[in-house]
Amino acid sequence: MAIHWFKYASPASFYGLAGRMIPWFAGAAVVTTLIGLYVGLVLAPTDFQQGDSYRIIYIHVPAAWMGMFTYLVMAGWAAAGVVFNTRLSGMMVQALAPTGAMFTFVALWTGAFWGRPTWGTYWVWDARLTSTLILFFLYIGYMALRASIDDPRRADRAGAVLTLVGVVNIPIIYFSVQWWNTLHQGASVRPGSSSMATVMLTGMLVMAVAAWMYTIAISLARVRSIIIEREQHSAWVGELLASEGHDAVAGTSRGAMGSNQQGTR
Amino acid sequence: MKPRQKRMAIIGGGLAALAVVAALVLNAFEDNLLFFFSPTQVYAKEAPLDRPFRIGGLVEAGSVKREADGLTVAFKVTDTAKVVPVTYKGILPDLFQEGKGVVARGRLGPDGIFRADQVLARHDENYMPPEAAYALDQAKKSQGSVVAPAGGYGK
Repeated sequence: MAIHWFKYASPASFYGLAGRMIPWFAGAAVVTTLIGLYVGLVLAPTDFQQGDSYRIIYIHVPAAWMGMFTYLVMAGWAAAGVVFNTRLSGMMVQALAPTGAMFTFVALWTGAFWGRPTWGTYWVWDARLTSTLILFFLYIGYMALRASIDDPRRADRAGAVLTLVGVVNIPIIYFSVQWWNTLHQGASVRPGSSSMATVMLTGMLVMAVAAWMYTIAISLARVRSIIIEREQHSAWVGELLASEGHDAVAGTSRGAMGSNQQGTR
Repeated sequence: MKPRQKRMAIIGGGLAALAVVAALVLNAFEDNLLFFFSPTQVYAKEAPLDRPFRIGGLVEAGSVKREADGLTVAFKVTDTAKVVPVTYKGILPDLFQEGKGVVARGRLGPDGIFRADQVLARHDENYMPPEAAYALDQAKKSQGSVVAPAGGYGK
């Protein structure tokens, strides 16, 4: 079934596909970042209450969205990995985690610096902030769990379970400002409506697109490294490295990592 | 059932079970997850009187009074239904304003006055340039409405 769809589920063919896609997404990330920053920092007016400190939204909101969305994508790949037993899925989860953690950290950090002058405090334990901190710990926990398991296929499976269990946190973060009284304000942008001036909203959305493009480009680049590292004993990586003039790794320590690298798909 | 479909079902079932567990746990913790109580809740005696808690709402317009020492402030927190008087000694955040959101932590005295040891400004979700806010203000005044509804959208 669906043979064509699974063609790129093979790390060997996905390696090439990712390599061809990276320049486009990286270029789009640069262009949208420049446009977004220009709209946000030059064109957009100051806010009637916060003055210029509101301009945090051009980094804070896209980072927070990206931190949450990256986790959903990770959970999707994790589920695919468990169901279809594809090696690439675990590699994608592994490639996305550091970027998701970075964006979540940026959201927390910028939020703290905005909160000090605006709310009067760096941090409060309200539902939105606390659940976002838990998201950050989930990313860290995933990376720590991976690092503690030597066999990459077992690390994939353990990581997938952790990722899938943690996905319950995402709706909690998103709806926390509706379900409970929080110090964090409610959503300014919801599907179909917004309570922001148009220029401000435009700048923020362009920056959100930039975050997407960056995340795609950087995780494709990272997954290529992971593929090379984990497939280093396979024949195609040996040929690839040889064709690029490197000393072939393949053959030198074949079998040292165990034979589980071959076999599945 | 193929093994693949079985694994899919396990994930689906697992996530559903997890969601139910999370919903039950969050429901059980409902009150502890509230960051603040509204004045209406305070009047309904839902807020704990024996320990510090937070009260949140809007700073009632015209209620802010500063003492001669320049640090002590008295104001009223309202949710447009009930009003709780608050006193606080300390520096207020920049966004503390009459008619805007506020969250204060402290204890409710037997005299009904809330003595705060921390006052935070609660920002709303509206972002607009000052000119738009001014125009909105003028429009509101000409309509003669006094209090903006809490959490309302300025379009």
